[in-house]
Amino acid sequence: MSSERDSETTFEEDSQPNDEVVPYSDDETEDELDDQGPAVEPEQHRVSREAEENRETFRKDCTWQVKANDRSFHEQLQFMNTKFFCIKESKYANNAIKTYKYNAFTFLPMNLFEQFKRAANFYFLVLLILQAIPQITTLAWYTTLVPLLMVLGITAIKDLVDDVARHKMDNEINNRTCEVIKDGRFKTAKWKEIQVGDVIRLKKNDFIPADILLLSSSEPNSLCYVETAELDGETNLKFKMALEVTHQYLQRENSLATFDGFIECEEPNNRLDKFTGTLFWRNTSFPLDADKILLRGCVIRNTDFCHGLVIFAGADTKIMKNSGKTRFKRTKIDYLMNYMVYTIFVVLILLSAGLAIGHAYWEAQVGNYSWYLYDGEDFTPSYRGFLNFWGYIIVLNTMVPISLYVSVEVIRLGQSYFINWDLQMYYPEKDTPAKARTTTLNEQLGQIHYIFSDKTGTLTQNIMTFKKCCINGQIYGDHRDASQNNHSKIEQVDFSWNTFADGKLAFYDHYLIEQIQSGKESEIRQFFFLLAVCHTVMVDRIDGQLNYQAASPDEGALVSAARNFGFVFLARTQNTITISELGTERTYHVLAILDFNSDRKRMSIIVRTPEGNIRLYCKGADTVIYERLHQMNPTKQETQDALDIFASETLRTLCLCYKEIEEKEFEEWNKKFMAACIAPINRDEALDKVYEEIEKDLILLGATAIEDKLQDGVPETISKLAKADIKIWVLTGDKKETAENIGFACELLNEDTTICYGEDINALLHTRMENQRNRGGVYAKFVSPVHEPFFPSGENRALIITGSWLNEILLEKKTKRSKILKLKFPRTEEERRMRTQSKRRLEARKEQRQKNFVDLACECSAVICCRVTPKQKAMVVDLVKRYKKAITLAIGDGANDVNMIKTAHIGVGISGQEGMQAVMSSDYSFAQFRYLQRLLLVHGRWSYIRMCKFLRYFFYKNFAFTLVHFWYSFFNGYSAQTAYEDWFITLYNVLYSSLPVLLMGLLDQDVSDKLSLRFPGLYMVGQRDLLFNYKRFFVSLVHGILTSMILFFIPLGAYLQTVGQDGEAPSDYQSFAVTIASALIITVNFQIGLDTSYWTFVNAFSIFGSIALYFGIMFDFHSAGIHVLFPSAFQFTGTASNALRQPYIWLTIILTVAVCLLPVIAIRFLSMTIWPSESDKIQKHRKRLKAEEQWKRRQQVFRRGVSSRRSAYAFSHQRGYADLISSGRSIRKKRSPLDAIIADGTAEYRRTVES
Amino acid sequence: MAMNYNAKDEVDGGPPCASGGTAKNRRPDNTAFKQQRLPAWQPILTAGTVLPTFFIIGLIFIPIGIGIFVTSNNIREIEIDYTGTDPSSPCNKCLSPDVTPCICTINFTLEQSFEGNVFMYYGLSNFYQNHRRYVKSRDDSQLNGDVSALLNPSKECEPYRRNEDKPIAPCGAIANSMFNDTLELFLIGNESHPTPIPLKKKGIAWWTDKNVKFRNPPGGESLEERFKDTTKPVNWVKPVYMLDSEPDNNGFINEDFIVWMRTAALPTFRKLYRLIERKSDLHPTLPAGRYYLNITYNYPVHSFDGRKRMILSTISWMGGKNPFLGIAYITIGSISFLLGVVLLVINHKYRNSSNTADITI
Repeated sequence: MSSERDSETTFEEDSQPNDEVVPYSDDETEDELDDQGPAVEPEQHRVSREAEENRETFRKDCTWQVKANDRSFHEQLQFMNTKFFCIKESKYANNAIKTYKYNAFTFLPMNLFEQFKRAANFYFLVLLILQAIPQITTLAWYTTLVPLLMVLGITAIKDLVDDVARHKMDNEINNRTCEVIKDGRFKTAKWKEIQVGDVIRLKKNDFIPADILLLSSSEPNSLCYVETAELDGETNLKFKMALEVTHQYLQRENSLATFDGFIECEEPNNRLDKFTGTLFWRNTSFPLDADKILLRGCVIRNTDFCHGLVIFAGADTKIMKNSGKTRFKRTKIDYLMNYMVYTIFVVLILLSAGLAIGHAYWEAQVGNYSWYLYDGEDFTPSYRGFLNFWGYIIVLNTMVPISLYVSVEVIRLGQSYFINWDLQMYYPEKDTPAKARTTTLNEQLGQIHYIFSDKTGTLTQNIMTFKKCCINGQIYGDHRDASQNNHSKIEQVDFSWNTFADGKLAFYDHYLIEQIQSGKESEIRQFFFLLAVCHTVMVDRIDGQLNYQAASPDEGALVSAARNFGFVFLARTQNTITISELGTERTYHVLAILDFNSDRKRMSIIVRTPEGNIRLYCKGADTVIYERLHQMNPTKQETQDALDIFASETLRTLCLCYKEIEEKEFEEWNKKFMAACIAPINRDEALDKVYEEIEKDLILLGATAIEDKLQDGVPETISKLAKADIKIWVLTGDKKETAENIGFACELLNEDTTICYGEDINALLHTRMENQRNRGGVYAKFVSPVHEPFFPSGENRALIITGSWLNEILLEKKTKRSKILKLKFPRTEEERRMRTQSKRRLEARKEQRQKNFVDLACECSAVICCRVTPKQKAMVVDLVKRYKKAITLAIGDGANDVNMIKTAHIGVGISGQEGMQAVMSSDYSFAQFRYLQRLLLVHGRWSYIRMCKFLRYFFYKNFAFTLVHFWYSFFNGYSAQTAYEDWFITLYNVLYSSLPVLLMGLLDQDVSDKLSLRFPGLYMVGQRDLLFNYKRFFVSLVHGILTSMILFFIPLGAYLQTVGQDGEAPSDYQSFAVTIASALIITVNFQIGLDTSYWTFVNAFSIFGSIALYFGIMFDFHSAGIHVLFPSAFQFTGTASNALRQPYIWLTIILTVAVCLLPVIAIRFLSMTIWPSESDKIQKHRKRLKAEEQWKRRQQVFRRGVSSRRSAYAFSHQRGYADLISSGRSIRKKRSPLDAIIADGTAEYRRTVES
Repeated sequence: MAMNYNAKDEVDGGPPCASGGTAKNRRPDNTAFKQQRLPAWQPILTAGTVLPTFFIIGLIFIPIGIGIFVTSNNIREIEIDYTGTDPSSPCNKCLSPDVTPCICTINFTLEQSFEGNVFMYYGLSNFYQNHRRYVKSRDDSQLNGDVSALLNPSKECEPYRRNEDKPIAPCGAIANSMFNDTLELFLIGNESHPTPIPLKKKGIAWWTDKNVKFRNPPGGESLEERFKDTTKPVNWVKPVYMLDSEPDNNGFINEDFIVWMRTAALPTFRKLYRLIERKSDLHPTLPAGRYYLNITYNYPVHSFDGRKRMILSTISWMGGKNPFLGIAYITIGSISFLLGVVLLVINHKYRNSSNTADITI
C-alpha cells in the first residue's frame, strides 16, 4: 500500500495537477526561496551536476551510506568534506544541535563586530577616532564616547541574555537520553552522542532523537505508532512498520548488536514523507521507504519499545532541513530609518563641505590678516578648510542621533512588555499569556497587509464533534426536549445510562435519545450501528477504558458519537467486529472492507450478521453516494435538504446508506474481489472497479454533520481585520472541500463570493502571459508594467487553489525537468550560450508568471491554498512579500507552519498546543486566533503610531539642536565653534530631551484600545505608511531647521550690541550659549508636550522634570564649587546665575519659545479643523462615542439552502487502516483479541459458537 | 487644549476573563500601568482652547513689546568711532605703527544730559573673539591660580604658551590680544580747564569671575614674587602684575583683563570699560555739553578691517538700548492676534461639519 502511494506522488508531475495530493516540490523550490533572484552557478559545478543527472536515477539519489554498528565506517576519508583550508569534517552531522551564536571567548569580539556592522555604530566609532586627532577635534572626547559606550553596553547585555537562553535550550535538548548499543549492549547515552549508524532503543512516549530506520518493535509485525504533531501539526497517530526481515531477526539485544546491515539512501533532504533507500543485509537487498523511517521530533505512542538505526542525525534530519534558515527580520521602519540616516549623513557631509569651503574663504579673506588669531601653524587657508571639514563633521554629528537606535530598541522592548502583560490576550483556560518573542518588530504589527493563516489548530480547534444528524429525513441535534419541543436553553443530554459513554459529547436533542431508547424507528438504530461498524478505527483498551485510534479525527468523532449513543465499537479482529448494541454485544463477520481513497470518497464494509444476513454499509460524500442510491429512496429529498442546512451551518457532512446482499450475489462478487486482490498489475484500479459493482442500489439512511470546531471569535476577528483592509489567506494542508468549508465557517467566503479555482486562473494567467509576450517578449519587464485587473471590478472574489495547481501555475518543477532533459551536454560554445540564454528566458518567464499570479490573487478578497506543503506555504508568503512589497504576517501552530512563519515579516505562533515548533520560531505567540485583532489593531497600531511620532520628533529635536551650530558658523568665521557648552551637547540627548519622548513612545495612545477595535479603519494609516515616510521625514527636518533658525536668530537680534541691566555686556559667548540652550530645552520639551496625546502623570512629570533637570544641572555645572574642583572642565562658571538673572534674557527666551511653538499650534489646529483625520474625529467625539457604549456586532447573516458548496467530505486525506485490518497485521496474535477487550464470558462463548 | 480626564477607563476596561477568581501563575497583573490604562489627560486642540491662547498671547505680547520699545528709546547712548580710518579723523595718525605712544583726541557733544549711572564701553567690530582657535586658547586652571598650571600652561595656549623658556602668564591668544587702549573723558566746561570725568574701573566684571573664576596664584608677599617664574604675554608691554596699582585689581583679577577674557559671542561686540557713577540726584551724571575723548591708541585693528568705538550709555531695567526685542514682541503679538482672528473665521466656517456622523470608518 505504501509503495503505491509513493508511486502516486512520484508520477504526479506527469499528469494534470491532482487536487487531492500534497505535492512535494520542496527540493526544487528551496533554492529559489533562499536566494532571491536567479543564481548563477559556476560552470564547473553545472557540468558535474549534469553528468550526475545523466547517471542512473537510482545511483544518483543514493549516495548516503550508512553502516550499522560501525562508527569507524563513517569516519573514512571519502566522507570528509573540506571545510576550511585543511580542516576536514565528516559529511555526517553530529546529533548535537547548536542554535547559539557565541561562547565565552567569542562573545566580546563577535558581538562588537556585529554591533559595528551597524552603520550607525561604526559611524560613531569613526567619529571617536576623528575626535582623537588634535588638529580637528572640535568637541570634547566625552561627547561621543559616553553615549556610544552606553549604546554598545545595552545592546551587548541584551544579546548576552538572549544567547544564554539559547545555550540553555540547546543543552536541555542535547542532554536528553536514550539507549544506544555500545560494545554489544544497550547503554544510556545522551542525544548529542548519537551518531549515524548507531542502533538505538526508544520507549513509549519518547521523543525520537534522530531520523531512524525502524528495525523492530514490541508490537506485532514491528508496527510502531508515532505522533507527528511536532512535524505537521496533526494529532492523529500514524503507524510505521519495519521490514519483515528485520522484524524477524532483530528483536533481541545481541542480534541488534551484531546487526551489520548496510544502507544506501538519498542525501538528507526536507521531504517529510519521502524516503528512498536500500538495505543490504545477508547478501540480499531490501527496498526502504518512508513508512519505515521514524523522524526526529515525533513521539513514540502506544508502542512499548522499538529499535532503530540512525540514518540522519542532527542537522541532517528532516525536521532540521525543514526548519529553513533563520532570517534576521527587520521592520519596514528600520529600513526607512536607515535610509533616513544615510540621507542625513549626506546632508551632514554637504553642510560640512560647504562650511569648510566657507572657512577656507574666510581664512583667506579675514583670518590671515587677523593677527590675534595667529596660532603658530603655517597652514594654507584650504588646508585649514580641510581640517575644518572634519571639525564640522564632529560638531554636526548629532544630526545623526546616536541614541536613536538604542531608544528605538528601548521603546520596542517596552511595547513588547505591554504585549506580554496584556490581560486581554491572556488565555485563562490554558494559563497562556501572549508573548512577544522578538522585541524588534512591534511597529510592523501596525502595518500588516496580508495575513497568512494556517487552518488546523489556528482557525479551528482541531476538535471534531458530532453535531447533528439526519435520519430517515428527520433532523436531530437541535436544542430539543424529549417531546420534540424546541428550547433555546436546554440541558445537555445525559449519557450516563450508557456505561461506555466517554462523557465528552455535548448533545442537546433529547428527542433523539428518546427515539433510540424506544426503538420505534429501526432506521435510527441502524444509523448508529452503521457508524459503529463502518470504519477503520482501531481500538485499544487501557484500564477498562476504550481508546480509539482513528486515521482521521472525523472518523474518530463518528465512532465516538455512536459509542455515546449506545452503539459501542468494542473490538475487531482480522475478520470480525464486535459491537455493543445498547448493552447487547454482537459480533459480526467482516467479509470485506472497501476502503476509502480520494477518488472514491466513500468507504464500505460488508458484514455478515449473526443471523446470517449479508449487509453492506457505506458512508461517503453525498455526491458519490447519491449517484449510487436505489431509485426507491423515499427520504432522498429530505436528506438533501438536511444536507443543505448542515452545509449552511458549515458542518462537515457524510451520507450513510446500506444495502442487503443476497448470498449468491455476494459469492459471485467475492470471486471477482479475490481475483482483483491478487491482480499483479493495476491492482488499485481493478479493486475500484470491483467495489463499484457492489456499491450500487444503496438505501439511504441519513446524514451526519460534524463540526470542525472553530476557535472562539474567529469570524468576528476576520471580519474586523478585513475592515482594517487586511487580506487574509488561508494556507492549509487540508483537502479542498474542507478548506472551503472552513472558509465559509469563518466568514472569509460568503454567498456572494465568486470562487475561482486553479484551472480558472490558469487559463487567465495563460492569456495574460500571451498578451505580455506579444507586447514585449522577454523584455516585457523593461516596458512599463500594465496594471490591468484580471477580473471585472466590483465583485467579491475568492481564490481556492491547491498545491499542485500552485506548482503548475508557478512553473515550479515541470519546466525544470523538461529543460534538463532537452539540453544535455552543451558541447560547443554556441550551445552553452544558448543554454544560458534559454535559462535566463525561463527565469524571466517564471518571474513574470509569479508576478501575474500574485497580482491576480491579490485582486481576490480571500485566498485559500489547500494541499500545500510547508515549503509552499513559505513560497506563497515569499511571493507576496516579493511582488507586492507588502508587510505579511503568518500565523500557525504546527511545525508545518514554521517555514512560513520564518518567511513572513512577522510570524505568530499559537501557543498552548502540544507542538512548540511554531512558537519557537515565531515572533509573537498567543493562545487564540482571536487575539490577533488585539495584537494588530491595538498593540500594532499603537506601536506604529508611537514609533512614528517618536522618530519624527527625534529627527526634529536633533535638527533643531544641531543646526544652531550651522547658523552660528556664519558669525564665527566658519570655525566650527559650537553654539553650546560641551556638557550641554553631551547631555542633551541623554538627559534633557530623551525621557519625555521615550515615555511618549511607550505610553502614547491617540484613541483608546476599545475605540481602536471599534473602528478598524484606523489601522489603515499604518498600511499606507502615512505617519512616517520621506515626506513626513522632510517635514520634520524642515521643522527642525526652522526651529534652529528661530532659536539662533532671535537671541542674535536681542544680543546684538546690547548690554545687561547692570551695565555689563551680556553679549558674551557663554551667556549667549546659555540663552539658546535654555530656549531650546523649553521649546523641545513643550513640543513633545504638544505631540503627546495621552498625558499621564509620568509624561507631565518627565516633561517638566527634564526642564527642571536642565536648569538644575546647568546651575550645578556653572557653580563656583565645581569650578574650584575642575577649573578646566567646567568653564562656564557663573554664567547661568549671571545671565538668567536678567529679565531681558528671559524675555528673549519666552519670545523664542513662543515663535517656535505658535505656528505649530496654529497649523495643527488648522489641519484638525479643515482636514481632520479619522483619528482626530474620533478623538474629538471621544466622549460621545463612549456614551454610545454598547456597539452591536454585525448581525450574522444566516444563509441556507445552498447546494453549491456543501459536501465537506468528512475524511482526512489519509487512507484508513483497512489494509492493516484485513491483513491482520496489527492485531495482537499473542493474546486472544476478545479476551483483551471483553471481560465476561458470554462473548467468548459466542465466538466459539460462531466459529 | 482641552483636557479630558480619562480615569474612568480604569473601571470598565477590565478584561472579561477577570472573573476567574483563582489567580493563575502566569496571568499578567491587572494594574493600570501594565494594562495601559493609566489615568491620563488627552488634550486635543479645540477652538475653545486654541483661539483664546492666540488672543491672550497677542494681548500680553503687544504691551510688553511697547514697554520694551519705549524703555529702549529712552535710553541715552552715544557711540564714537575712533578707528581713524577716515583721513580727517584725529586718530588717523595712529594707524601707522611708528608713532608710539600715539595719543589722539576726539571731540563730541552730548545733546541731552545722561542721568543716572553712565557706562562707558569700548566696542570692536570684525573681531572674531568667537573663533574656535581663539576661544580655546586659554588655561582656566592657570587663571584660577593653580601653581602647576601657572608654570606649565595648557597645550591649548600654543603658540602663546612659553616665551624664551618661561611660561607665559596669562597664556594663550585671548590674553595675548588684550585690548590696551586707554580712554579718558573730559567735559569741556570752559575752554581752558576741561574737567576730567571720574571713571571707575572696578565693578565692571561679574562677581563670580572676579572672585571664583579668576584668582592670583597663592604664596609670596607681593604679586611680582608670585609671578616670578613667568613672563608676560608677547604683545603686552607690562607684565600681568603691573596692570594696576591697586592690589585687589591687579594680576589675574584685574577687571579689565577679566572683561576681556570673557569672550564675545559675535564678531561685533562691546565690553564694559568704565563706570561713571551718578554723583547726586540733582545733577545729571553727564550734563549736556561738549566733551572730548582722550585716547592712547595702542590696539591695532586696521589690519583686519576692524573698528574701534567708544560708547557711553545709560541703562534701564532691561539693559541697554536695543529696539529689536520691543519690535519683535509687538510684531509677534500682532501676528498672534491676527492669527487668532483668522483661525476664528476658519473655525466658524468648518464648525458645522464636525459631528460623529462623519466618522467614515
